[in-house]
Amino acid sequence: MEQTLISILILTPLVGFFINGLRWKSENCKLAGTIATSAIFISFIAAVTLVAKLIQLPEGERQFTAHFFEWIHVGSFQANAAFLVDQISAVMILIITGVGALIHLFSMGYMSHDKRPAKYFSYLNFFIFNMLLLVLGDNLLVMFVGWEGVGLASYLLIGFWFHDPAKASAGMKAFITNRIGDAGFLLGIFTLFFYFGTVEFGELAARMPAEAETLWSGPITLACLFLFIGAMGKSAQIPLYVWLPDAMAGPTPVSALIHAATMVTAGVYMIVRMNEVFILAPNAMMVIAVFGALTAFFAASIGMTQWDIKKVLAYSTVSQLGYMFLGVGVGAFMPALFHLMTHAFFKALMFLGSGSVIHAMHEEQDIRKMGGLKKYMPITHITFLIGWLAIIGMPPFSGFFSKDEILYYSFVSPHGSSFLWLIGVAGAIMTAFYMTRLMALVFWGKSRVPSDVHPHESPATMTIPLIVLGVLSAVAGFIGIPHAIGDLFGHLPNVLEHWLDPRLVNLDVEHSKALEFGLMGISVALAGISAAFAYDSYTKKQERIDKFTSKFPKLYRAVEGKYFVDEFYFGKIINPLISLSKDLWVYVDVNFIDKITYWISDFVRSAADAFKSTQNGNMQSYAMYITLGVVVILSFIF
Amino acid sequence: MLLSLITFLPVVFALVILAVPEEKYVRPTAFVLGVGQFLLSLLVFKDYDPTTAALQLVEKTEWVRSAGINYFMGIDGISLWLVMLSTFLVPLIILGSWTAIDKKVKGFHVCLFLLQTTMIGTFLAMDAILFYVFFEASLIPMYYMVGIWGGARRIYASMKFFIYTMLGSVLMLVSIITLMGMTKQLTGQMSASLLDFYNLDIPFVAGTMFSTQSLLFFAFCIAFAIKVPLFPFHTWLPDAHVEAPTPGSVILAGVMLKMGTYGFVRMALPIFPEATEYWAWLFFSLGVIGIIYGALVAMVQPDIKKLVAYSSVSHMGYIILGIFAMNVQGISGGIYQMLNHGISTGALFFLVGMIYEKTHTRKIEDYGGLAPAAPLFTILFIIVTMSSIAVPMTNGFVGEFLILTGTFMANKAFAYVAVLGVILAAAYMLWMVKRVFFGAPGKVVNEFAEKNKSLDISKREFAVMAPLIVLIFWMGLFPNHFLSWSEVSINHLVKNKTSYQLQVLNSDQKSAVTAQTKSK
Repeated sequence: MEQTLISILILTPLVGFFINGLRWKSENCKLAGTIATSAIFISFIAAVTLVAKLIQLPEGERQFTAHFFEWIHVGSFQANAAFLVDQISAVMILIITGVGALIHLFSMGYMSHDKRPAKYFSYLNFFIFNMLLLVLGDNLLVMFVGWEGVGLASYLLIGFWFHDPAKASAGMKAFITNRIGDAGFLLGIFTLFFYFGTVEFGELAARMPAEAETLWSGPITLACLFLFIGAMGKSAQIPLYVWLPDAMAGPTPVSALIHAATMVTAGVYMIVRMNEVFILAPNAMMVIAVFGALTAFFAASIGMTQWDIKKVLAYSTVSQLGYMFLGVGVGAFMPALFHLMTHAFFKALMFLGSGSVIHAMHEEQDIRKMGGLKKYMPITHITFLIGWLAIIGMPPFSGFFSKDEILYYSFVSPHGSSFLWLIGVAGAIMTAFYMTRLMALVFWGKSRVPSDVHPHESPATMTIPLIVLGVLSAVAGFIGIPHAIGDLFGHLPNVLEHWLDPRLVNLDVEHSKALEFGLMGISVALAGISAAFAYDSYTKKQERIDKFTSKFPKLYRAVEGKYFVDEFYFGKIINPLISLSKDLWVYVDVNFIDKITYWISDFVRSAADAFKSTQNGNMQSYAMYITLGVVVILSFIF
Repeated sequence: MLLSLITFLPVVFALVILAVPEEKYVRPTAFVLGVGQFLLSLLVFKDYDPTTAALQLVEKTEWVRSAGINYFMGIDGISLWLVMLSTFLVPLIILGSWTAIDKKVKGFHVCLFLLQTTMIGTFLAMDAILFYVFFEASLIPMYYMVGIWGGARRIYASMKFFIYTMLGSVLMLVSIITLMGMTKQLTGQMSASLLDFYNLDIPFVAGTMFSTQSLLFFAFCIAFAIKVPLFPFHTWLPDAHVEAPTPGSVILAGVMLKMGTYGFVRMALPIFPEATEYWAWLFFSLGVIGIIYGALVAMVQPDIKKLVAYSSVSHMGYIILGIFAMNVQGISGGIYQMLNHGISTGALFFLVGMIYEKTHTRKIEDYGGLAPAAPLFTILFIIVTMSSIAVPMTNGFVGEFLILTGTFMANKAFAYVAVLGVILAAAYMLWMVKRVFFGAPGKVVNEFAEKNKSLDISKREFAVMAPLIVLIFWMGLFPNHFLSWSEVSINHLVKNKTSYQLQVLNSDQKSAVTAQTKSK
């Protein structure tokens, strides 16, 4: 029964992929969209059924496994096509199929004018299929199949409008950058297999405690760091985040689904899935936390200066992912997964909202040409507003609960420190600023819309997903109410924490309600002030910002230019590598190895020429050679 | 008889082709014969027993008694799939070259069938001299194939190819004769059988190249390294590929390069165990250099076919790495990757040939925007690209993953470097894909749009690609369907790497063995 459900869950998107893939030339968006959306919806129902069944089981036994076939079995290496539904993957499959179905629905409206809707929907289904493999795999190798598979889907979808060379390049950049991470992921797999002889999650976790006592923790640390390189690539962390902002070249629903809600969170999921391993490598955890915090900070700072609505959201995603890594880095696995979930709701919401805006503005993405859209697009505005409140962490919206939980743990966890907390709070202040700036420039204030554009509210296929996600962004936080707040209202339970508890390693934290409220108060208050300041500046006193930026022109240009990281990569790594390759080809292959072979053949030929001259057909010279030979031989004898 | 039949039937086919009265019947006849040959080769599976490492379906007839040279053929898990690859690719090549080869059609197919005999013979011969004969004889039809049906610089390329590979094999011949002399010292009867070579205990001194075993080892290795080709002996390959006609490239990449890697597994490793272990670092290094170097140079090639040729250098580096890891994962991966490379790179050469036939250019800069003009071609090309850069669920991943696992188990440092090849492969392939298929329509696409001619592949060309695509996924999803046939042989090789011996399975033993396994 469970096996069948898991098959339905995973395989329906694949069936959808094949159906739409075989009729990829069709221009009937409605039909293609209906097929694809129903496939994901069926998948969603299977996921819900599975989770419902999971809930009925006693707490300690909540897991279903499905073993399909033996995939690779060579020597002692074994990896099966086997899947695991437990408390952690349950959360993920609900997000993937749930948010996925909504975004498929949204796409039916968004892609209605496109020439290749069937192709688009088949890719989208293909993505969901791979994402499910990623989260359901019961070993690292099946996870890796999904890991690379979502990368491939992302490559195809970013470059969906490939006639534009910039978009095709963006897809390629995403794939290659991800490959750098994947190489690290592979090394992580090898390291774990080498030292622990298995790649299965359950087995690994079981072997961990015993091995940790006897072994130098080096191998675990090394493996965790390698796996984190994989996470850096997929989840766009410093220094491999550069592909994500470019990935906005894809259709906007793709940005919502792949580059905000699901795929980019794979790295966080992977670490949570392997929390028993990571917790044994405190040094690796520290590295993860620091990279996460720095990413949260720097990406937020870039977000404050961008003018493209999707770029702002892209940097915001990078920054929010940084928070999640800060969370797992300090051992706060539950809050990280919690934030993954709330972020999936509110960021998907905002991306879809931006899609709705872009659609209404006739493909315009520059926020300087928007403004005052509130009155034209009320539903988009209201839902976007909820997303805004959620991301800047205003209580009681969902982002408040999850982000503050992460910040709290970054302060009190034995792996955390006040320094990490401080960076996190600084990031939160900037988040409040750039999101308010976005709201103000797009929806509020005076309209700067060109006169030939007539913004309008989007059709129902697009607004329904917005409304559903809006509701989720508003209320989803209540499943993870921190104890400090819960106690205030008469012991409200933290449902999510309770649910995940059997799967996650517990931290030794001495909770202090006063501290928790204090930290919470500080971050909410600072974010609120920052938001109010941004609102004031961008709706009323624009000159204040201009004056400020003109005071620090160099800094501003550096931030607006994204710290010139892309330029650095191209100038210092990629271009030198290409010219090195050309040199290798010209100097080593053509002018060295081949020259040597020519020398050898020339030498053979000239030697042959030398001997050839002795065979001149002249009897007298032959007689002389014979005589000479006889003399030489005789001289040896005597 | 089966093995001899599979080996020499193509010679008969070649005679049949010569007897075909009209040229228009040549291709259909050849195709039917090729398919028949492939189906016949499948019969091997019926009699093949995958539960034993012993040599099977053995045929042995005296050839030169005084020197102990026999006509000695046999098959085991190491050669099984390479034979299948050779019989599988030939009908596809005939179908693929239907229109590409338009001069001396008869001669071409005669050449192809003769080449098939030499390839299969190389993989089945268990007598060193017989092996050498097949190994060398394969050069002749290939030489003509490049030299007659090749491109503008075909004479240069075929000469280079011939001399390069010939040079290596001469050293091997000297080494074989020395080994035959040693068997006489050991048993009193000279023998060229590989099985007797395995029993030899050749003097080995660590730390120097000039011990008997190391010298003989290197004589073999240079021959195989040139064939593979291993860096720095690879420069004949890009020239040969670029000048060869499409079917020549497919055969060359698909099967002939594997004669080198097969030689390593069949001879270099088991005959010279100490030298193999001692010099493994050298081959690891050359393999890793080949992976990185081939990938980097591939990246900057302006010609698609040359790019694929250099990618072969990179891929073959992986195979060497796996073989010299000398563990189950490494050698299984190496053997698997031999098949993968035959299929994926063969498919890439087919695809490049198909588009070249229409456009007469292989320059990347002439293309651009090909995807909308040739959608089906694009889909196939991208699938094969994914297989070539080892995306999971395709065959390439299984091979590369096993090789890297094996390398990591044997020597971590080399695995750390080799993994970079995974990144570079994506870079050179996808960059090429981007420039050829995406972006604004390029010169070629515009020309064809003006003339209103199609760039996409025909039904015949699709029929060529379909079996390859099926195999790409089949081998990627169910590697055990393939590996289980070789498993016992590979385990036997790894377990007995210092004292490798190969038994001959005769029919009595076979029934005894099956009885044993049944009673267990």
